[in-house]
Amino acid sequence: MELIFGLDVLNSTIRLSTPLLLAALAGLYSERAGIVDIGLEGKMLGAAFAAGAAAFTFNSAWAGLFAGVAVSIMLSMLHGFASITARGNQIVSGVAINFVVAGVAILLGQKWFGLGGRTPQLHGVERFREITMPGSEALRDVPVIGWLYSGILSGHAVLVYMAFLAVPVTWWILYRTRFGLRLRALGENPAAVDTAGISVTWGRYRALVVCGLLCGMAGAYLALGLSAGFVKDMTAGKGFIALAALIFAKWKPVNVMFAALLFGYLEALGIRMQGKVLPLIGEVPVTMIQALPYVLTVVLLAGFIGKAIPPKASGIPYVKER
Amino acid sequence: MKNELPKWADYILLPVINLTVAFIVAGMVVLMVGENPLEAAYILVRGAFGYGGGIAYTMYYATNFIFTGLSVAVAFHCGLFNIGSEGQAIIGALGVALAALTLDHLMPWWVIFPLAIVGSALFGAAWALIPAWLQAKRGSHIVITTIMFNFIASSVMVYALVEVLKPAGSMAPQTRTFEQAGQIPKLDWLFEVFGSGLQGAPLNLSFFLALIMAFLVWVLIWRTRFGYELRTTGTNPTAAVYAGIPPVRTIVITMLISGGLAGMMALNPVMGDQARIELDFTAGAGFVGIAVALMGRSHPLGIIFAAILFGMLYQGGAELSFDMPNISRDMIIAIQGLVILFAGALEHMFRPSLIRLFSRFGRSSDASLAEAA
Amino acid sequence: MADQSSKMAPAIELSGISKSFGPVQANKDIDLVVEKGTIHGIIGENGAGKSTLMSILYGFYHADSGTIRINGKEIKIPDSQAAIAAGIGMVHQHFMLVQNFSVLENVILGAEGGAILNQGIALAKAELQRLEDDYALDVDIDALIEDLPVGLQQRVEILKALFRGADILILDEPTGVLTPAEADHLFRIFEQLRDQGKTIILITHKLREIMAITDDVSVMRRGEMVATRKTAETNVEELAKLMVGRSVLLRVDKKQATPGDEKLVVKNLTVKDDRGVVMVDDVSFTIRAGEIVGIAGVAGNGQSELMEAISGITKPESGTILLDGKPIDVNGSADPAILRERGMAHVPEDRHHVGLVLPFAEKENSILGYQGDSAYTSGLFLQMDAIEADAKEKIDQYDIRPPDPGLKAGNFSGGNQQKIVLSREMERDPVVLLIGQPTRGVDVGAIEFIHRRIIEMRDSGKAVLLVSVELDEIRSLADRTLVMFAGKIVGERGPDASEGELGLLMAGINDSEKAGVEA
Repeated sequence: MELIFGLDVLNSTIRLSTPLLLAALAGLYSERAGIVDIGLEGKMLGAAFAAGAAAFTFNSAWAGLFAGVAVSIMLSMLHGFASITARGNQIVSGVAINFVVAGVAILLGQKWFGLGGRTPQLHGVERFREITMPGSEALRDVPVIGWLYSGILSGHAVLVYMAFLAVPVTWWILYRTRFGLRLRALGENPAAVDTAGISVTWGRYRALVVCGLLCGMAGAYLALGLSAGFVKDMTAGKGFIALAALIFAKWKPVNVMFAALLFGYLEALGIRMQGKVLPLIGEVPVTMIQALPYVLTVVLLAGFIGKAIPPKASGIPYVKER
Repeated sequence: MKNELPKWADYILLPVINLTVAFIVAGMVVLMVGENPLEAAYILVRGAFGYGGGIAYTMYYATNFIFTGLSVAVAFHCGLFNIGSEGQAIIGALGVALAALTLDHLMPWWVIFPLAIVGSALFGAAWALIPAWLQAKRGSHIVITTIMFNFIASSVMVYALVEVLKPAGSMAPQTRTFEQAGQIPKLDWLFEVFGSGLQGAPLNLSFFLALIMAFLVWVLIWRTRFGYELRTTGTNPTAAVYAGIPPVRTIVITMLISGGLAGMMALNPVMGDQARIELDFTAGAGFVGIAVALMGRSHPLGIIFAAILFGMLYQGGAELSFDMPNISRDMIIAIQGLVILFAGALEHMFRPSLIRLFSRFGRSSDASLAEAA
Repeated sequence: MADQSSKMAPAIELSGISKSFGPVQANKDIDLVVEKGTIHGIIGENGAGKSTLMSILYGFYHADSGTIRINGKEIKIPDSQAAIAAGIGMVHQHFMLVQNFSVLENVILGAEGGAILNQGIALAKAELQRLEDDYALDVDIDALIEDLPVGLQQRVEILKALFRGADILILDEPTGVLTPAEADHLFRIFEQLRDQGKTIILITHKLREIMAITDDVSVMRRGEMVATRKTAETNVEELAKLMVGRSVLLRVDKKQATPGDEKLVVKNLTVKDDRGVVMVDDVSFTIRAGEIVGIAGVAGNGQSELMEAISGITKPESGTILLDGKPIDVNGSADPAILRERGMAHVPEDRHHVGLVLPFAEKENSILGYQGDSAYTSGLFLQMDAIEADAKEKIDQYDIRPPDPGLKAGNFSGGNQQKIVLSREMERDPVVLLIGQPTRGVDVGAIEFIHRRIIEMRDSGKAVLLVSVELDEIRSLADRTLVMFAGKIVGERGPDASEGELGLLMAGINDSEKAGVEA
């Protein structure tokens, strides 16, 4: 029991869920506006590199976050240019961004720091450190509340709290603001938006800016929170797991949080189970646990547990005059 | 009325323009890391084609890319985007290993090789079957399912190597080394004819298999009834239904062929070079296949050229990283991305201006055509 | 607010509006005046340019030339926003609604009244309630669009326009998706709107609606405005004539038909579209060898669905079909490939999306549907030489130009594209030949050729089913004419039926009703 639901596992679940959550929310803004985003992985990687490099150079985690977000938004705009303005294939564009970033980040890293593509180890203010919540020491021994408050809620980097705060904020933006209403309409029926006298192009670019922002935060957290610097391939498919989480959540913000937590938990469990031998089961097939998010997503896509229906207009460039 | 380019411009000029832009941007990246792009290009080409061993390595890499490029292209012709060639290649290796590991003590290579071909194709095809079926029957987007299947494939491979195929007592996650009979012969003799040795390069018979497959894919697409049906489904699905072409069957068979081709890619590194399955033996060749297919405009001949170009980048890039320490092999990944960007996502960017250019200078030929019509 | 002069001015004044799409001139120098507080009908056949004209008025397309005056003031309408600001609202033929939004969300989209929805929503709810009360437009504002029947969805579109303060309301074929009862209700809403001072433009091809509801009517034909009348001072016959035009009647020399055995028997055929709407309603007819049966009707009355069901492209809801005396397994194995083998040839209405693969070469298109035939395929392989030789022969016979079997189908003119399809379907010695809109978008020169071929097919003993919205074509080719209206066959006429007679049937006025109108 302790092995599966212990404090360590739950704490690392929250930490590992954070980049998935931020990236999946980023994808949510993009896809609900009608732009398919296979490039989450690349944007996150680019942001992680920029964050690691800038945090080291300017000796500040916040400078790192800013740089990460800036790079991610730039990449998002490139995706926008290809898929909105040039009406290119959105999937091809996403794939391209993943590769360009994977290559260029390492080249620049090698050139600037000479560490084989890594950025230098970050210390102190160069990272986002754990925040101990007020009173968590005092409450530590109170049953249940102490376990929850001091054990799990307290002690994470600021980006973790921002990520989870982004869930209600996204929900509110999506369902309670003009921006959100138009964004959702863009993904379902851009012609309805166009005939209502609103620019489809402008609306989709704005959604991609938000996508870039959140993806940048995800990348920055990888380099400045979860690790102490950027290393090669540090996203390791997290962008695609985020995409899976987004699909698994049927493109809804609160569901995205639960999907990210589930996939984060599986990852935490996988790490925890490494080399463990359980009674009856024997040695735990860790790789199978790691593959579970993908398997679950395929099962969902197959329509065996509910149907994941993407926004209707996603992936199709909007053409007005025929 | 004329909204298109002459065939030669469409198949050659436009890709060349897109490619040139991709390489100009790549050159800018080289400048950014403080090296001379022209010098880098020279080292790269010399490393790839300057001596026998270099050429052999270039062709060795190209072999991988021909297989995966064909895999992506066949699916493209049917309107399907198979991002899953990587995973299908990984699973294909299990088919290769099945033949090699069970038979290499018993039979000569020329018996095992054909069996391994069939095994790799069957395993690769099987891995494409579920995404294909889900797309055809349930409308689950094949891009997403094949991405998921890539990750599942790597997990399956890790599991297979660590738990099943790893010889007892070994630490490395790989199979045992195949006996001589479980290896595909290298092409030393070919290079000796040209008075040069292979110098340890892994180029092997599967290069010819790749060329044969390219020819067979050409036959399939443009000379068979199924190819005709496949292209019709990919180009105009409503016309396909009108013509009595069943969409589900066509999509599934196309993806089986696509997966089979990707699976065969495993022959080259697994049986032709390393003589065992190592983790990560694909080295991203499945994804390079996307760039190769886009650049080769899904035509087997174009794919061969594009594959050789990427083979050159991989081999020359390796040499380049010796001579220019600031340029690692990651440069190749970046160039690959730039090619996908300019030859794929932004392929329409130059088309309108090119069409305008052609219609301005091509008036006379158009007029004669219109007259005839 | 409005001054005296603009009160007098008409709501809309268009002058000299022209618009082309590539080589197609959709609108030619159009003038139109719509008086305030009236219901103005614009009638014309499909492709007459009605929708294009209205899309220009709504800022969706840009006119190549011409001026627009609204309430006497000349304005420019560069986009839909400008049209909305000028008080114009439009209900498109295909609704511009977000399916998974609530009614309220759809109505406020683009007119939210602030960055945060809460502020606007309270006001919007009050305003919607007022509109619903004033115009009897009841609809649950919290319902999702996808849960509403099309009639209610249309009300949402009207509410959307009114909510934006529209004084001029354009409705493009609003009754196309409605049942007669729903249409009647819609007309009562129109009257209410007019009585409250709104101006309504009704685009339709249905004469009955024009007579029932409009004050004025303008007739469009082939991109031109051919007449404007007071509805009270005109009649169905005159409008039908104006719509169809007095174009030269292309009479084809043909002998009396000598019908033989029954080759195609359709019994009680019912077809639903994917939304579940009945498009073909209990249709029965028979075609014999050596006769041409024409199906006349205004486009969208079920002819297309009938053809698709007979050719095996879609599965009918119920009914039986006999081909050459033997039943077709309509719900099971029957697909276009099998039916072709049994002698069913099909020239589809839409050659661009169905009959041809435009990026393919001419010779590749010349085997579409017959790719499995032993003449073109041996084993797995296409017989390229045989295909090429066959294509050349057809190019010769049908005078297809340019005579190049390697040229992409998309590069041929409309008439030559149609000849590619015709040669493919006619030269296979079929038992039954289905032909949809044989001369749509075909240059005049090719029309006569195509008509002659169709007659030749008849004379060689084929059973021909001809669907066309061109009444002239039906009249000059068909030995018998069935008229389809709202999915049903409403009448059958012999070869010498008058244009007026068929026109009335096409408008859904059958014999008994016609007697009533004339009395």
